[in-house]
Amino acid sequence: MSTLNFSLSREDWSLHRKGQQDQERHQAKVREAIRRNLPDVVSQESIILSDGARVVRVPIRSLEEFRLRFDEGKTTHTGQGRGGSRVGDRVAVEPGRGGAGPGDEPGGDVYEAEITLDELAELIFADLNLPRLRPRTQPQLGTTGEEFRELRRVGVWGNLDRRRTLLENLRRNARAGRRGVGDIAREDLRFKTWEESPRQETAAAVLAMMDTSGSMGEFQKYIARSFFFWLVRFLRTRYRQVQIAFLAHDATAREVTEEDFFHRGESGGTRCSSVYELARRVVEERYPPAGYNVYAFHFSDGDNYPEDNPRCVERLRELLERVELLGYGEIAAAPEGSGLLKTLAEVRDPRFVAVRIAEKRDVYRAIRAFLGPAAEVGSG
Amino acid sequence: MTDLELLERDIADIGEVAASLGLDSFPLHFEVCPPQILYTFGAYGGMPTRFSHWSFGKAFHRMKTHYDYDLSRIYELVINSDPAYAFLLEGNSRAQNKLVVAHVFAHADFFKHNRAFERTNRAMLETMAQSAERIRGYEFREGRERVESFLDAALSVQGQVACGLPPEKPPGGRAEVERPPETPYDDLWSIGEEPPPPPPKKRPRGGEEGDLLLFLSRRARDLEDWQRDVLEIVRGEMLYFWPQLSTKIMNEGWATRWHRRILRELDVPEEEAWEFARMTAGILQASPLRPNPYLLGMRVFEDLEARWEHPGGRDREELRLAGGEGLEKLFEVRETETDQSFLRNYLTRELVEELDLYLYRRVGDEWRITERDWEKVRDGLVDQLTNNGFPMVEVVDDDHGHRGELYLLHRYDGRPLDLRHLERTLSHLFSIWRRPVYLETVLGDQPAVFRAEGEEVRRV
Repeated sequence: MSTLNFSLSREDWSLHRKGQQDQERHQAKVREAIRRNLPDVVSQESIILSDGARVVRVPIRSLEEFRLRFDEGKTTHTGQGRGGSRVGDRVAVEPGRGGAGPGDEPGGDVYEAEITLDELAELIFADLNLPRLRPRTQPQLGTTGEEFRELRRVGVWGNLDRRRTLLENLRRNARAGRRGVGDIAREDLRFKTWEESPRQETAAAVLAMMDTSGSMGEFQKYIARSFFFWLVRFLRTRYRQVQIAFLAHDATAREVTEEDFFHRGESGGTRCSSVYELARRVVEERYPPAGYNVYAFHFSDGDNYPEDNPRCVERLRELLERVELLGYGEIAAAPEGSGLLKTLAEVRDPRFVAVRIAEKRDVYRAIRAFLGPAAEVGSG
Repeated sequence: MTDLELLERDIADIGEVAASLGLDSFPLHFEVCPPQILYTFGAYGGMPTRFSHWSFGKAFHRMKTHYDYDLSRIYELVINSDPAYAFLLEGNSRAQNKLVVAHVFAHADFFKHNRAFERTNRAMLETMAQSAERIRGYEFREGRERVESFLDAALSVQGQVACGLPPEKPPGGRAEVERPPETPYDDLWSIGEEPPPPPPKKRPRGGEEGDLLLFLSRRARDLEDWQRDVLEIVRGEMLYFWPQLSTKIMNEGWATRWHRRILRELDVPEEEAWEFARMTAGILQASPLRPNPYLLGMRVFEDLEARWEHPGGRDREELRLAGGEGLEKLFEVRETETDQSFLRNYLTRELVEELDLYLYRRVGDEWRITERDWEKVRDGLVDQLTNNGFPMVEVVDDDHGHRGELYLLHRYDGRPLDLRHLERTLSHLFSIWRRPVYLETVLGDQPAVFRAEGEEVRRV
């Protein structure tokens, strides 16, 4: 019989950060993988339809740990019942079978990373800007507001900086030879104090125009919706006071609420000139060029009444004189461009950018064409 | 008395009981650590000194999240080394720690005595620390990205090692394919078309061919020294983990059987006895999707002990058991078997039925029970444990088509490979071999050969 031989200890593990370090590396790789896959990620249904969910799941293929392994779906596994199991009993439903072990990855499919919508937006918008944004005199558009910058010993209770206060307390206790936090005194308190920084401000208005005519199918609406989803998000995170007007049209155009813009389907024929006309009026009434940078984006399947085409070009030119940028996205499932894009192509103006969208991935291309660094270069 | 002193006294008591019952372990060092740390160790296969890699970070994050949401909990972790290390979760109650400590003594006994661990490097913690240090050095010298992607590749075939004797060849093997005579002008005929997959020539290599990692580290032509070292490190670590993987059911069963036995000997207040019962019941939950190793292993041990102690008529007759040999048999089995032989020899009809074990597979979008016959269930379970669940792959030719290409054969046993994983793994292999890599397997009863060149993988 061996003599009992053991020891026991409790070390200070606070410096052992290996797990966190490798976790950070993993997350960096997740972000990198998402960045490489942005065209696919941007137009993903689960995100566009997330309706305010803060965290979205993004499939990432490259971050799976690939191994030689058996096909889970075509092999036999062993399980255990609670008595009386019979052949044919159902033990689980796809995907996932839940839990670890066989079927660790849901449905044996792709590894899904969780990322907050804000983080994702940050990746997508990293180098996007409203092109030709210039200081204007009128109602102001601030890119930042007041900032908490300073720490003081007195202040409003609501602005108490708890972390700093605890740190001060810890420090004072340490000086007195005591361990840990305790006896928080007035001298430990630290308050955040803000500072207002005056800055150059610019004002912008955006006209979101969408064709809601009968010919706009599910796919077309989805594409337009994806684009505007990101556009709105981009504008609201980047610029504090962007004005957005939502204009829907079929044969006639009207201004609608954001909610209706995205959710209401229409029917009828298409006269794109109507929305350009309405846009011009909205700009004239509400967003005079002296006070605003105006950006207009229009999505349509391009299935315009042919007789309206010349008029369209005319209205477009008028509108162009009043905006910094007009982005036109023509969503066509068919291989060849329609009449409208061909017609509009004759408009040669650095402020007019047209993109043809054939598949979901092109949404990202459109975003970059309108707002990416290339758009700036294009402006000369 | 502080908590730590109290725990120390409990450990001494439990260790004494364990020794008096016949358990014998390496000296044990217990360490109390916070969840963060315990989960870090868990993510690195239980080995705190292992090299860094993002996949461990991913595992850490998952385990930590499960802990934070109270989905699962590791109470303890034991390292198979001499001395053995056991980590106890800070915040365990006194009763929890007692149970865990008893469990740990049995694990440590198993590590010391089961034959699968005969050749285990008992100084693996130090070995891993040195490996990790070398890998850090390579990262510094070669760049992190480069080392990381090479590790990705090496880890993709970490299961393709041969531990101990090469397993026997399955009946039939691969069909030999007729090969046309070679001429120096063969290339001319295939100009403008895909080179046809010439059948591989077998070049035996004295055991290496069944151990892909060993083979690559020795035979891959264009590797730098640090890359060979990385392959050897990954292989050495897998060989260390291998016997743990192939005795998981036995080891957990053994530890559970003994912690219950040891706790019975302790004089504890009623609340603690309740807590023991509650925890043990938690550990012994059946799972519909995979056998619970604690429960399965424990029941098999209990059953064989009872049969050898008080044999029934059939056991007396067929096995010529005299009775009274329960404990002796128990210790013999823990020494000589691994999970596969343990279950093949001692998982009886009565146990399969009592435990309600079954085989299931996917039918459409659902997973349904397909087998309840006890022998088929037992054999199915035993088969799934073959090669620790890794597909067996062997090197057939390392100069395939006289172009230095690598030809691998998957020893098909009726279980098809996951194609998505197969493709990416072959790409990884290409990055190690630096020339096209082939893998022959079976798909839908037909032989299928895949070829990887860079990112491009296709069926040929």
